[in-house]
Amino acid sequence: MPSISRDEVAHLARLARLAVTDDELDLFAGQLDVILQSVATVGDIAAADIPPTSHAVPLTNVFREDVVRPSLGQQQALAGAPAAEDGRFRVPRILGEEA
Amino acid sequence: MNPLIRSTAAELAAKIASREVSAVEVAQAHLDRIGEVDGAVNAFLHVDTEGALKAARKVDDDLAAGAHVGPLAGVPIALKDVLTTEGVPTTVGSKMLEGWVPPYDATVTRRLKEAGVVILGKTNMDEFAMGSSTENSAYGPTRNPWDLDRIPGGSGGGSAAALAAFQAPLSIGTDTGGSIRQPGAVTGTVGVKPTYGGVSRYGLVAFSSSLDQAGPCARTVLDAALLHEVIAGYDPMDSTSINAPVPPVVAAAREGASGDLSGVRVGVVTQFSGEGYQPGVLRSFEAAVAQLKQLGAEVVEVSCPSFDYALPAYYLIAPSEASSNLARFDAMRYGIRVGDDSTRSAEEVMSLTREAGFGPEVKRRIMIGTYALSSGYYDAYYGSAQKVRTLISRDFEAAFATVDVLVSPTTPTTAFPLGERTGDPMAMYKADLCTIPANLAGNAAMSLPSGLSDEDGLPVGLQIMAPALQDHRMYRVAAAYEVARDAALGAPVIQGVPQLAGAR
Repeated sequence: MPSISRDEVAHLARLARLAVTDDELDLFAGQLDVILQSVATVGDIAAADIPPTSHAVPLTNVFREDVVRPSLGQQQALAGAPAAEDGRFRVPRILGEEA
Repeated sequence: MNPLIRSTAAELAAKIASREVSAVEVAQAHLDRIGEVDGAVNAFLHVDTEGALKAARKVDDDLAAGAHVGPLAGVPIALKDVLTTEGVPTTVGSKMLEGWVPPYDATVTRRLKEAGVVILGKTNMDEFAMGSSTENSAYGPTRNPWDLDRIPGGSGGGSAAALAAFQAPLSIGTDTGGSIRQPGAVTGTVGVKPTYGGVSRYGLVAFSSSLDQAGPCARTVLDAALLHEVIAGYDPMDSTSINAPVPPVVAAAREGASGDLSGVRVGVVTQFSGEGYQPGVLRSFEAAVAQLKQLGAEVVEVSCPSFDYALPAYYLIAPSEASSNLARFDAMRYGIRVGDDSTRSAEEVMSLTREAGFGPEVKRRIMIGTYALSSGYYDAYYGSAQKVRTLISRDFEAAFATVDVLVSPTTPTTAFPLGERTGDPMAMYKADLCTIPANLAGNAAMSLPSGLSDEDGLPVGLQIMAPALQDHRMYRVAAAYEVARDAALGAPVIQGVPQLAGAR
């Protein structure tokens, strides 16, 4: 299996929305390489004819009666928000400069 | 030391129900104990003194009024900080949720409250339940009451240490890859991972949804069974909850305590031995197997060859699910927010917040999961891991066609020193070697003490695994073994915990 480079780890961090530091990149690049090489052994026994399992119990769609039931009120829903305004979640601008 | 704190949950429940002691007295005794020793142990992230005493008073009032109460009414419990508690902080051991006060109760929390179980507080854990030592907690490690310089296991180290330190007779853990059983093993306590879907995940902060399962922790098998029946059962709020009767685990524990295992077929998993296993752990395990034979069980060796690949499969599947689940921590609806200076975009604030809010292990796993799910790598990593999951389920099916339960050591070593494995993630992951297969296949598994390792005097865990929804089988075997072990050792293993410094 190919080893993972520092640049690839930086790319993963960007995909995962983690503003990692240079020091962390140095550390994680080495560690992720060791981990990924180790877990890649799953390929040794994963033959083409084996079906994948995503879940231990069979999953079927779950339905319920379409009736009104209690839910969180506005105050409760906003109580844990880092910022709220006019009864809504206040968020930073969603478009970057380049957009 | 108030003798109440050394009682079992069953004893406390009986004394409270007969009004020999009040639930308030019992709660206060445990709160006092927490005050005395938790500075050294750090099992608790939050102690809810007021809430506990109020809940205890309610049980006493109900009893005074002649009301019918549940089998664990008035018994104190420590709740892992991964389950939401309305009005009581829930951090999941992370800075990300520091100060968060959930607006709702998890189903497990609600069931405990309805049963009159008294919640003392929230226990320490590896951040987002990712770890095997509690050293990944953002709030400092929990220490093992058997040796304060050693790990209490993880991720539920707080829930296990609280039992071993006699801070609570019961606790709740969650087990994604061994986070109930491995802490149970290294602290000399009992920990049960019920069948996946047996206990509701509603209000359990998600790490790896196809694996996460809450379960009971206690100092005796019967206590674990009593707690199991309180928290288990179908819940429409969890789409993977199993709509079937709760396995009769209390009856099985009582039956097992008679000490007869004749007719029970026990399989020893041959893969979980050899290199990497501490000799004293293996000797303790072999003695436990001999004990099972003496109790009348028929013991055979069973080979489950794909179990050798459970660890790598787990460390792909769990991080993959985590990378998706933890995307919800986006600094918008709950949790901390960092860098919102009115110039930065939502995406920049999100990245800065996640950088500041998550610790190193959580970041590692998110990135591993992101990698394993990327196009180009998906088939080789995540896809292959899902196939291994199929093979592991097939190995279990084949094994349970010939035996009733499987046994192995719970974890390859006794409690290791704090700091020993923090710089080497793969070494840390190996603590979950024996526990992971049951998570991947979804069947029931538990750990109970098999005594102390002869080379270091630290507790060893015996793992018992049963087929899905056959949780009662392992309780029967465990209860029988527990009686025989206590008779052979002269006292329960847990009585060997040293007196904690600072405790009177």
